[in-house]
Amino acid sequence: MENCFHCGEVCDRSTIKHEEKSFCCHGCKTVFDILNENDLSYYYDLQESPGITPSRIEGKYDFLENTVISEKLLEFNEQGIQVVTLLIPSIHCSSCIWVLENLNKLNPAIKTAQVDFPKKNVRITYSSDLLSLHDLVVLLARLGYDPYISLEDASGKKTKTDRSLIYKLGVAGFAFGNIMFLSFPEYFKVDEFWLERFKHVFRWVMFGFSLPVVFYAGWGYFVSAFKGLRSKILNIDVPIAIGIFVLFVRSSVEIIMDWGSGFFDSLAGLVFFLLLGKFFQQKTYAFLSFERDYKSYFPIAVTRLLKGEAINGASNDAIKLKKEEQAQVYELEKGDRIIIRNSELIPVDAILIKGHALIDYSFVTGEAEPVVKQSGDYLYAGGRQQAGVIELEVLKPVEQSYLTKLWSNEIFSKNKQSGFESLTDQISKRFTITLLLIAFVSTAFWLFYDKSLALNVFTSVLIVACPCAIALAAPFTLGNLLRIFGRNKCYIKNSKVIEQMSHIDTVVFDKTGTLTTNQKNGIIYEGVTLSEEEKSVLTSTLRASNHPLSRALYTLLNKNGICTLDSFNEEVGKGIEGVTESHTVKVGSYDYVTKDAVRKSHEVEYENTGKTTVHIGANDEYKGCFVFYNEYRKGMTSVFKELSETCELVVLSGDNSGEQAYLEQILPQGSSLLFNQKPEDKLNYIKQLQEQGKNVLMVGDGLNDSGALAQSNVGLVISENVNVFSPACDGILDASRFNQITTFMTLSRQGIKVINYAFIFSLFYNVIGLGFAVTGNLAPVVAAILMPLSSISIVVFTTVYTYFLGRKLSVSKKN
Amino acid sequence: MNIIYMLLAISVFVALLFFAAFIYSVRNGQYDDTYTPSVRMLFEDELIIEKKELNKSSNESKPIKKKD
Repeated sequence: MENCFHCGEVCDRSTIKHEEKSFCCHGCKTVFDILNENDLSYYYDLQESPGITPSRIEGKYDFLENTVISEKLLEFNEQGIQVVTLLIPSIHCSSCIWVLENLNKLNPAIKTAQVDFPKKNVRITYSSDLLSLHDLVVLLARLGYDPYISLEDASGKKTKTDRSLIYKLGVAGFAFGNIMFLSFPEYFKVDEFWLERFKHVFRWVMFGFSLPVVFYAGWGYFVSAFKGLRSKILNIDVPIAIGIFVLFVRSSVEIIMDWGSGFFDSLAGLVFFLLLGKFFQQKTYAFLSFERDYKSYFPIAVTRLLKGEAINGASNDAIKLKKEEQAQVYELEKGDRIIIRNSELIPVDAILIKGHALIDYSFVTGEAEPVVKQSGDYLYAGGRQQAGVIELEVLKPVEQSYLTKLWSNEIFSKNKQSGFESLTDQISKRFTITLLLIAFVSTAFWLFYDKSLALNVFTSVLIVACPCAIALAAPFTLGNLLRIFGRNKCYIKNSKVIEQMSHIDTVVFDKTGTLTTNQKNGIIYEGVTLSEEEKSVLTSTLRASNHPLSRALYTLLNKNGICTLDSFNEEVGKGIEGVTESHTVKVGSYDYVTKDAVRKSHEVEYENTGKTTVHIGANDEYKGCFVFYNEYRKGMTSVFKELSETCELVVLSGDNSGEQAYLEQILPQGSSLLFNQKPEDKLNYIKQLQEQGKNVLMVGDGLNDSGALAQSNVGLVISENVNVFSPACDGILDASRFNQITTFMTLSRQGIKVINYAFIFSLFYNVIGLGFAVTGNLAPVVAAILMPLSSISIVVFTTVYTYFLGRKLSVSKKN
Repeated sequence: MNIIYMLLAISVFVALLFFAAFIYSVRNGQYDDTYTPSVRMLFEDELIIEKKELNKSSNESKPIKKKD
């Protein structure tokens, strides 16, 4: 079978031959034509089959014609020039970058376009006299690069990136290098006339360099130590701040009194290494967001019917007279009439006025099957319409809807990690007390023995014991694990999450979308067996249809022969009909198929049970139906088994208890299984578990899990496509790595072990250093060697160790 | 040897110059996206080659482009 020249998918249904190339659909061919006509075919030379099949866009971006809405998206709009940054999730290769940055060839009104690949966005400057934002977005969408525009874009300013850590690192590194050069002459001290003469200059220049290190780069440690002490916590920043302070004061006193050269290089090196650890720990995924709420899931605008005209029109024709307008979702008020089209999202709680509503709530409630609603029914916000156009009356504005009210729960405004005491903090408590004890005892000893050395010893102890290596052990181990996880498609928010993951003893799973896949892959046939000929006609009929269910069925049945159809009919939203000389096959909804059916050879069991079904009729006879169901993820049984060795398992589902028997059979003894759980129920259940002293890992996927994800110690989201929306969480796991959950958890536990080893390692250095310090022999050169040596060896140790641990992941992937 | 004051001043000045350049480049957003420029850099080279080929082929006969 041939692959599409544009998108690379197998051309399974109809191959379109065009300019000696094959395409899987007209959408792909159109994009090829557009690019080819505009000398942009280099697109296909950069990467093989780089394209994306364009989706239907009719009316999808009409809301951008409303200037109030489009204004909100624009970054700059003056004198005929507009600048907009659009998020395009389908950016995936160098060809994408190239074609998007050459958009000016397609439309000269576009001045510049710049792609930020990691963030998957494009920043376009264009002249607004010649091109509107709507046309620009449609142009992109026609190429297959649909911008993702959500309510979030309209509701606030973009956050500025915080670059202060890079500046601090730059300052510290700059000062460290220069101070080191300036301190070298005195380290290789020979009694030289010139050195004696100039060393004061060198010292004062070093002092000058150290000022920004202490008062800018290292200032954060003083602030953090102060905050820690105020809330009566001896965090790791306390001994560090003491160290920096003592280093600076003693060095300054030394050069003022002309006693020595001071420890300026150790001071700058210490701050530099510490900041380096902080920087390394900060692994961010520009294309992911861990802070999303419903705003980035909801649309920015919706079609509203203007009321005035409806009242004026007296007869039934009034419906036709109604005018549509694009209204912002925030503007919707109670009583407004809105129109929701196929595959659009319902943004507010509303009542169904008219139309055939088939609402998919799987993302907001966890119900697996789309729900049929009758006119007059209450529709909750967040559902996605799966059939034709429906008309709704708004009941509540968007902020007050059933779903969005969940976000007013206090858990969303609380910082989850504030109460968590990290391993480093636990160690530092004992470390700081021991350190101060040693400092005072040794000073007391020297006060009796030799008073002149007492102060020297006191400061030396505080300097040399400064826990640089301890402070580096966790950032480098966890930072490295963060990267290893990321390479294996488990994207973790920050390093503290890994530490919390190692304490997990209870794992809570959501069902729909988490344990099951989103694709309806499982298909079973219920009914009378079809003859070979009927099968062949059925397959050919399906082949001509574009409906997702037809495509899924076609893939299942395409082993059957294909024949030429005499005629093919499609009634949108109802079904399809294929006719040959001998057979007429109808595929579609139950009503459509049985409308003209004379005989019913199969009694329907699946009607109105909420399952997704496709009914089949042949020659005026009802034959049966194909039932689609969600499949459980691969490796679920083994994940349960492995996890049950260390953790307690719970399944919380918003769905009905239809799958209870099956899950009970798979779940290990002692696991809990709860159905019909509302979002608040899930949150409260996890709260209860935590009150019993459990550390809970919540694995979910949808908006209905948001509360539970926020409440749990670690909230992990399973995502089939990490570029599309996922609720706020601590980590996002690619669905293909679901079976590796246990490995990730084991790895986080081993990471903690590595940190412990590194602590022992660094204490060993501290003992050596203290040996010099308490005997009053700490020369600046000793500190200058010992400090970087301990830091670097800890970094090397943790990096190499975690690298070996990470290899396990790639091994388990192969298996 | 008093020249050492001068040398010291120059060396610190040069160092500060580079430091300022670093701060400027960070502020300018050069470190925000470290991936895309690396890809973009390769485009222009190939584009010129491709254009030449295009011109050549259009001189000779109809531009038939084949993917190899």
